[in-house]
Amino acid sequence: MDLEELIALAESERAGRLPVEVRVCLAASCLGSGAGGVRDAIAGAIADRGLAGRVRLREVGCLRLCSEGPLVQVDSEGADPALYAKVDARLAPVIASAASGDPAEGIRLVDLGSPFFALQRPIVLENTGVVEPERIESSLAAGAYRSLHHALHELGPEGMIAEVTRSGLRGRGGAGYPTGLKWATVAKMPPGPKYVVCNADEGDPGAFMDRSVMESDPHRVLEGMAIAALAVGADRGYIYVRGEYPLAIARLDTAIRQARRLGLLGSMIFDSPFNFRVDLRIGAGAFVCGEETALMQSIEGRRGQPRPRPPYPAESGLWGCPTLINNVETFANIPAIIREGSDWFSAIGTEGSKGTKVFALAGKVRNSGLVEVPMGLPLRTIVDQIGGGAPEGSTTKAVQTGGPSGGCIPSGLFDTPVEYEALKALGSIMGSGGMIVMDQDDDMVGIARFFMKFCMDESCGKCVPCRAGTVQLYRMLDRIERGVAPAGELGRLEALCDLVKHASLCGLGQAAPNPVLSTLRFFRHEYESRLVSPDGDGARAPTPR
Amino acid sequence: MAVTTLTLDGALISAREGQTILHAARDAGVRIPTLCDLDGLTPVGACRLCLVEVDGRLVPSCVTRAAEGMEVSTATDRLREYRRMILELLFAERNHVCSVCVANGDCELQDLAMELGVDHVRYEYLDPPCEVDASHDRYGLDHNRCILCTRCVRVCDEIEGAHTWDVAGRGTRSRVITDLHQPWGESGTCTSCGKCVMACPTGALFHRGSSVAENIHDRERLHDLVTAREEGRWGV
Repeated sequence: MDLEELIALAESERAGRLPVEVRVCLAASCLGSGAGGVRDAIAGAIADRGLAGRVRLREVGCLRLCSEGPLVQVDSEGADPALYAKVDARLAPVIASAASGDPAEGIRLVDLGSPFFALQRPIVLENTGVVEPERIESSLAAGAYRSLHHALHELGPEGMIAEVTRSGLRGRGGAGYPTGLKWATVAKMPPGPKYVVCNADEGDPGAFMDRSVMESDPHRVLEGMAIAALAVGADRGYIYVRGEYPLAIARLDTAIRQARRLGLLGSMIFDSPFNFRVDLRIGAGAFVCGEETALMQSIEGRRGQPRPRPPYPAESGLWGCPTLINNVETFANIPAIIREGSDWFSAIGTEGSKGTKVFALAGKVRNSGLVEVPMGLPLRTIVDQIGGGAPEGSTTKAVQTGGPSGGCIPSGLFDTPVEYEALKALGSIMGSGGMIVMDQDDDMVGIARFFMKFCMDESCGKCVPCRAGTVQLYRMLDRIERGVAPAGELGRLEALCDLVKHASLCGLGQAAPNPVLSTLRFFRHEYESRLVSPDGDGARAPTPR
Repeated sequence: MAVTTLTLDGALISAREGQTILHAARDAGVRIPTLCDLDGLTPVGACRLCLVEVDGRLVPSCVTRAAEGMEVSTATDRLREYRRMILELLFAERNHVCSVCVANGDCELQDLAMELGVDHVRYEYLDPPCEVDASHDRYGLDHNRCILCTRCVRVCDEIEGAHTWDVAGRGTRSRVITDLHQPWGESGTCTSCGKCVMACPTGALFHRGSSVAENIHDRERLHDLVTAREEGRWGV
């Protein structure tokens, strides 16, 4: 395929548009609340009313406001788009009527001008909920693979790396390593087999950013990987997806096959000497396999355990070869950076944190869902405006960012801008983008214990501080929560947190104490109030939850 | 051969190119405690006892190469405390009762505890239910004493070439296993060479039928075996 054929396919897809298009969200969250039945019912209603020539049903990915699912959007020519919430299969005739111009009665209409949508800045999610993830033509009409063509025929490897470096993009998996520097390091390794790996093992409790991107716009991830492969000189790539994401796996699989058939992946891409083959690898449900060295062990077919770094994957990764490993969202940023240029990208965000970040907003907020905002936005804007604040009758207490590797930030510090360094200064991290809001009923010792249990269960068992230390930390937290820990327990807890944080082999163990340390820092009284008093008058009654 | 110079606990020492901090320190007569490290096997950096401070950062000396101008501290107060804590965590994790252990007196965990002054354990004993596998004719496996250093796994894979041993499970529930978690005595791959028993730092792997005093783990022999194979020097 060459550029003309690509444009012709995109044009014919665009030409096939009908005056009314009904977009049904078929991402995991809406599917879970019955979107499959809604889709069938709407299709039936359209056929029954003989609207097939005028109304098209499109099966799209995430429409973002997950708490209001199943979501259906109706785009009619000459009218404002209408997003319907909590759609039920019984409401299909109403949707069909709405599609023919009648007022939709009895369905909740979402205000697309509300802060939830208005304050977002979609770059990674620009096509999420717009394109049909199972039809490559739909992605091509939205511009997919145009950046790859541009990179291949105009920029060349050095130009691409320069663009990514100048854009200021940092790794979206959590650590925030400069992406351009990583690419340049792999590109500088001597010629020979090199690999590109997409880390799609998103496993933080409450996080679903990567899943949504893969389910909704898989070609974007593939295009980002292909551009990266071209830049660093790799011809093989792997997407390591966690097995708990069957829909993402199925849609990526379909997308890879479609792209290969059109010559956009595989050999001689765009009739050039560039070859890039992508394979899926399915994780078996181990959180530690999101750690890059453990992930590569797993791809190689071995027990998923981390190894000491250095050597870093850029030097010695898969089968000892130089390997570029980036997160889903990092790759998904690339096509837009190549298309719009690095100056455009670096104008978004803050000095040290460029671009946008996708968050999975969940917990005690009115609007939970998928959110993409420019970096630097205060936490308060995300929680109170985009998230709509705490539900009726409760007040926001804290927000947890970064999952089990992150920390809890109290509502008093919600003016903190969302950027790598500012969150780190508070003892939390950007992480991959899980954001869980808590209210006054949430008990911080219990939250710390929950995350420690997660780390204890997910520790691979290789190094002693993480394997044996997290168990002891969990037990200490459990005793504190139950109100049976002695007065000196916090000192012991902190000393062991210090060991686990500094002596563990990989990021899992090094970050495991973060939820404890951050809750100790901001909510110490919740711990202290439960300790058995030194005069020995027995255990206090545990605080009711 | 290129040589680098570095500072170890304030004294200048030299290291061969590519040599780890651990080996350079050993050559210089400085002992750094280790458990998972064994000469001749691939280092894994798992026990974290050999952590040293390099410019304020903690690095495992068994896998970190000595570099020109490096400033290394091997025994700061912080490191000594971490090492004691690591040993205490190990003692609390399984059921190490020295007085009734076949390795009493010939145990690296016990030696290190004495060396580092671990006379009590500040953590809750987990008292896990651990099995003893006595299905093999000549050897036994007592999970109560295992510290998951994986020396048995590596010696079997890298030196004997059988890969009978592996690790199953996750976190503190990890257990060394033979083949696909079959009894050792029914293993189809075990050659009964006994290298795993020699490599074991504790009483987890032992010769059956020997009295406590006779149960010797000969860890040096593995190194000799590797030198013999790689350099053709036999009968060291």
